[in-house]
Amino acid sequence: MKYHYYPGCSLEGTAREYDQSARALLAALGVQLSVIDGWTCCGASAAEATSALLALALPARNLALAERQAEAMDVLVPCSACYLNLKTAAEKTRTDALLAAQINAVLGAEQLHLQGRLRVRHLLDVLTTDLGAAAVRAKVVRPLTGLRIAPYYGCQCLRPYADFDDPERPTSMDPLIRAAGAEVFPWQMGGRCCGASHMSTQHDVGIALVAGILEAARGAAAIVTVCPMCQMNLEAFQGAAGRAAGNDLHINILYLPQLIGLAVGLDASVLGLRLNLAFDNALIRSIPVAA
Amino acid sequence: MSASTGHPQESASPQAHDDLEHVRQMVQSCIQCGTCSGSCPNAFAMDLTPRQLWRLVLLDRREAVFQSRTFMLCSACYFCTLRCPRGLPLTEAMHVLKQTASREKLERYRPVTAFYRHFMGSIRRHGRVNELEFMTYYFAEMMKPMLPLRYSGLGLRLVAKGKLSLRWPLRRTQPLEALFRKVAELEDAK
Repeated sequence: MKYHYYPGCSLEGTAREYDQSARALLAALGVQLSVIDGWTCCGASAAEATSALLALALPARNLALAERQAEAMDVLVPCSACYLNLKTAAEKTRTDALLAAQINAVLGAEQLHLQGRLRVRHLLDVLTTDLGAAAVRAKVVRPLTGLRIAPYYGCQCLRPYADFDDPERPTSMDPLIRAAGAEVFPWQMGGRCCGASHMSTQHDVGIALVAGILEAARGAAAIVTVCPMCQMNLEAFQGAAGRAAGNDLHINILYLPQLIGLAVGLDASVLGLRLNLAFDNALIRSIPVAA
Repeated sequence: MSASTGHPQESASPQAHDDLEHVRQMVQSCIQCGTCSGSCPNAFAMDLTPRQLWRLVLLDRREAVFQSRTFMLCSACYFCTLRCPRGLPLTEAMHVLKQTASREKLERYRPVTAFYRHFMGSIRRHGRVNELEFMTYYFAEMMKPMLPLRYSGLGLRLVAKGKLSLRWPLRRTQPLEALFRKVAELEDAK
């Protein structure tokens, strides 16, 4: 199994551990990745707030670069915001010929052209649909017995394109968490919004949203995420969120491939766990040693 | 609602007028059911609910729309878009209002639009975002000496983890310059 890989800006910096753990897990599951040569920013949540054309042209450029590579493969994206931007560009140009011509007029400035041949896939979609829980289970050497894990999906891997999961009550992570030997913490907050860039632009609103999510996860051993923005919001502001809620809201926050990676026997250093802002090594120690 | 007295306070550019007309077309068949308001995770912090905002758009109450902070509080969770019984692209309509506020440089939205503008400036210069550079420019524009402190704890943690480079980007590779120029050219021609 082989994919084009679009890491996105966060995975080079503040979410390096997501990049490391996603690559390590996919390699362990027999997946090959080909990084899109010369990739640039997808526009994040800034382009759509600035210019409608720019918001489509920036992700389209990356798709055009992927198309230029020899093999036609799906484009795998771990970041939910990047995923949605790339997916939106692919979908809109596929269904609107006028728009596609306009985007290609932009891309033509650097001799690029988007044909619209490639599918955009979120990492979670690939894990759940292409690989599946059985493939994960087959690789598990250290089941995460006794850990109750709260799956957090956030928004943009689910909505508006409900490609691989229920956009209201997502469940795609459940079989993967169980395959890793852990339990699924029952909660209703998996698809709720973390506030995205509010944490930077309208801080108090962001804190309120994060506090609600962390509060609901009390009793879980960890929350797992599939997006660098969700991860940062949930892990970096636990003190402030706890003060706002009048409660201790500290909890482990890991990326999904980090959690599964532990179960398939990947080393904590390979998974970048030391880079997490809210991760206590006691969690690793609490995993029973394989029989 | 003091915003609805009907006297425009900021003269709108022709482009801004087109924008509001564009949004009006996007929400034209709104039935005012309020599903958007009930679904919005940020409604608690808004001065107008999304439903009220769409009504004002339909009534062409530009000044009331651009005095509200509602659209800037949209975090693009897409719940309203998913659930709207009329199938309206409501999140996208919020984006168009943000684009207008940004392009018209409306002062009341500057704390948010400046953040996006400096982010875009950084990717224009480097192709990928440089967090240190764009946050530095953002803080400089905001001129609120306490603002960086809110993030300095986080910044130091990120630096300690080697996730945030303290090196100021000197080389401007500008791989997106041609794209940015072409987009501006097409938008100006509209």
